[in-house]
Amino acid sequence: MSAIIEMMRQRLAALAPEHLDIEDDSASHAGHAGAKSGGHYNVLIVSACFSGKSRIERQRMVYDALGDLMQQGIHALALKTLTPDDL
Amino acid sequence: MSIQDTIRQTVTENPVVLFMKGSAQFPQCGFSGRAVQILKACGVNNFVTVDVLADAEIRQGIKDYASWPTIPQLYVNGEFLGGSDIMYEMYQSGELQEVLKDLAN
Repeated sequence: MSAIIEMMRQRLAALAPEHLDIEDDSASHAGHAGAKSGGHYNVLIVSACFSGKSRIERQRMVYDALGDLMQQGIHALALKTLTPDDL
Repeated sequence: MSIQDTIRQTVTENPVVLFMKGSAQFPQCGFSGRAVQILKACGVNNFVTVDVLADAEIRQGIKDYASWPTIPQLYVNGEFLGGSDIMYEMYQSGELQEVLKDLAN
């Protein structure tokens, strides 16, 4: 597992995920402008912390937890934020 | 006028504004391209796009404006609705079509 994914996992632990999938999708974007500044990742996170929160609030929680990784290490992020009730 | 004022004016004077990388015809990023396709699928063809790659001040300014770290960003009647993941979820559930129904053209 890449170092950046390990760091993402550690930081997202703050949201107490019941389920967390992080997929490195960088290979399919290799060569396009911006790809140098970080990887592309697909994240599926299931957490009770998202209950009662809007979509914008849920994604903000993820961005906040990832912190400076959003500026350094992550170039693009596709997010699915679910609660256990959504499953 | 500050960059924040410019952005506020853009999103309040135009009903549908997409801040994106590239143009609607030539998106420079898969997420921006998907956002354009979703708007068109909702019947909205007359939206304003702002290419953040053309202006570094706007590119940072729009992230500050919504306190949202990523692009694209969709604004409808001045309100920030979300990025491409949220647009897609709202499209799948029919919420986006509802929000945009009076703006389709």
